[in-house]
Amino acid sequence: MDLFEYQGKQYFARFGIPVSAGGVADSVDEAVNQADKAGYPVVVKAQVQVGGRGKAGGIKLADDADQVREHASNILGMDIKGHVVRRLWIEHASDIDKEYYASFTLDRSEKKLLGMLSSQGGVEIEAVADKSPEAIARIHIDPVEGLSAEATRDWVAKANLDPKAVDGTVDILQKLYKCFVEGDADLVEINPLILTPEGKVHALDAKVTLDDNAAFRHPEWDEFRGLEQLDPRDALAKEKGLQYVGLDGTVGIIANGAGLAMSTCDVVNQVGGSPANFLDIGGGANAEVMANALEVINTDEKVQAIFINIFGGITRGDEVANGIVQALSSVDIRPPIVIRLDGTNAEEGRAILKDTESDRFISKPTMLEAARTAVELAGGTVK
Amino acid sequence: MSIFVDEKTKVIVQGLTGGQGRFHGLRNRDYGTKVVAGVTPGKAGTDVDGIPVYDTVQEAVDKTGADASFVVVPPKAAPDAVRQAAAAGVRIIVSITEGIPMQDEVLLFNELKEKYPDTQLIGPNCPGVISPGKCNIGITAGEIAKPGGPVGIVSRSGTLTYQALYELTQAGIGQTTCVGIGGDPVPGTSFIDCLSRFQADPDTKAVIMIGEIGGSAEEQAAEYIKAEMNKPVVAYIAGVTAPPGKKMGHAGAIISGSSGTAQAKIEALEAAGAKVGQNPTEMADLMREVVARL
Repeated sequence: MDLFEYQGKQYFARFGIPVSAGGVADSVDEAVNQADKAGYPVVVKAQVQVGGRGKAGGIKLADDADQVREHASNILGMDIKGHVVRRLWIEHASDIDKEYYASFTLDRSEKKLLGMLSSQGGVEIEAVADKSPEAIARIHIDPVEGLSAEATRDWVAKANLDPKAVDGTVDILQKLYKCFVEGDADLVEINPLILTPEGKVHALDAKVTLDDNAAFRHPEWDEFRGLEQLDPRDALAKEKGLQYVGLDGTVGIIANGAGLAMSTCDVVNQVGGSPANFLDIGGGANAEVMANALEVINTDEKVQAIFINIFGGITRGDEVANGIVQALSSVDIRPPIVIRLDGTNAEEGRAILKDTESDRFISKPTMLEAARTAVELAGGTVK
Repeated sequence: MSIFVDEKTKVIVQGLTGGQGRFHGLRNRDYGTKVVAGVTPGKAGTDVDGIPVYDTVQEAVDKTGADASFVVVPPKAAPDAVRQAAAAGVRIIVSITEGIPMQDEVLLFNELKEKYPDTQLIGPNCPGVISPGKCNIGITAGEIAKPGGPVGIVSRSGTLTYQALYELTQAGIGQTTCVGIGGDPVPGTSFIDCLSRFQADPDTKAVIMIGEIGGSAEEQAAEYIKAEMNKPVVAYIAGVTAPPGKKMGHAGAIISGSSGTAQAKIEALEAAGAKVGQNPTEMADLMREVVARL
């Protein structure tokens, strides 16, 4: 789960990481209220989960209530790269002397935790990594040993920060590591981490991705939920407990297994079509799960054909076929369906499907043939 | 020959008394796997269809001489179950559990490496390992595999593994061992762990490697193939059409920034001399050609 900036700052604050005083506002009046509390000048910041807010005009400085009113009314409702702004974060504007970057994430190739610190903050870290990789000080952390104060100090020394910033940064990095590990995040990032003219170091932004697998030990995460900005298709899939990712194409895809679902998207693309989604219904593929999957895809108006790709392993082909026939009788599906059923008891399964077959429900023996038929039905040109 | 497990492997099932543990544990035994014991704390003295249950892995190992464990417990309990098995000297631990928190997984990986370097954890979140005709630990349907080799399979994805097994079997091509290493960010067993064993196994003459987007395990494998392998490798990478920043089902299947794309992996593998299929069927066709020339 990706947190909004204000949620990330609230999460940081729990671990003692200094952030600017501020508050949340969903309306112009509330924004003024929060600004009065935070003390002028303030920064009015759009809360959207996408980069480039500043460039898009979603972050504005305001010296008084009138300016807050003006900026808040402009930013609320603004569309930033497809994300509509529904909420603002208003905080006291900080004087900035230096902007740094700090983060912790997993380094999958080293199978260790990775800390990154850079004296060049405030811009995309990928850009820094491309242009001047030497400007990023990295540390690999063995989670068994953790991150000691001494190791943190050595790491910070390599980043060439302003000497005034060193102590404050060491302190924040220790707390940020704790937030990362005990807070069960996949990523914690502060960009920029600032040094003020008074010599204080604090987090001006917060990017936190929580690990959904750890939700069982974090009941406090409940307050972060319900505000994610989901595509309506994603929202319905989530409600139904399906592994769904919306894409832009015209062929709806249902497969059992994540690898097979991804592969199905690829094959549709390979034969000249475009996948409308990734949808993994898991190993079982019973009638209810299949009906839910069809229902989600049915709501996608762009979908012109549906490709169901099932490989029977432990779940046998005949069981899957019965599930599909039952599902079709319970949901009224708009687009035509092509199904490829293979694996254990595939022939028995295809025999069951035979009775239901029509020009709107076609069974094909291989993945490629099925993909071509689906692309044709979706009005595409088959390669 | 085979890698990791064979007809002599003695397996305990941690969680045998649960619904899933019972189902898969008994299926594995029906396949011919020596399932010698179950472990469920507090259930010692009972049995599951004749398989004795013990309170601890240590007790089960002491009584039965088991050298492998099949961990079928929920994500909360799985890391400690794996630790217990490693501490009892179990050599091969297969964890099918999906949904283990990343922080627990990376900690477990490093702990095992430091304290129990001889233990091989396969998974988590994997379908398991099967040496056809000898031993099946996990959830793979044994009937779609064919004993006798000459192909070894290593894969990050479950259903694509089944598809590969099935297509090879249909074509009359057997397998030595098929290892599902799982789709999580920090798998206990890497592609290279499997490739090196296949390279050393005299009965394995060619290898299928199935990867997907995310991380750089396929690129690392490509370097290994180039430097260390003389057996032919046929590969397939899923996720050419996956958009950046979205998890495609598996926790590990995510393109972040410009790293982890299918294209980069395919290029690395081709540069290493592997043949890469554009889809699972093409992968199987390529392997048919390779086997025909052996």
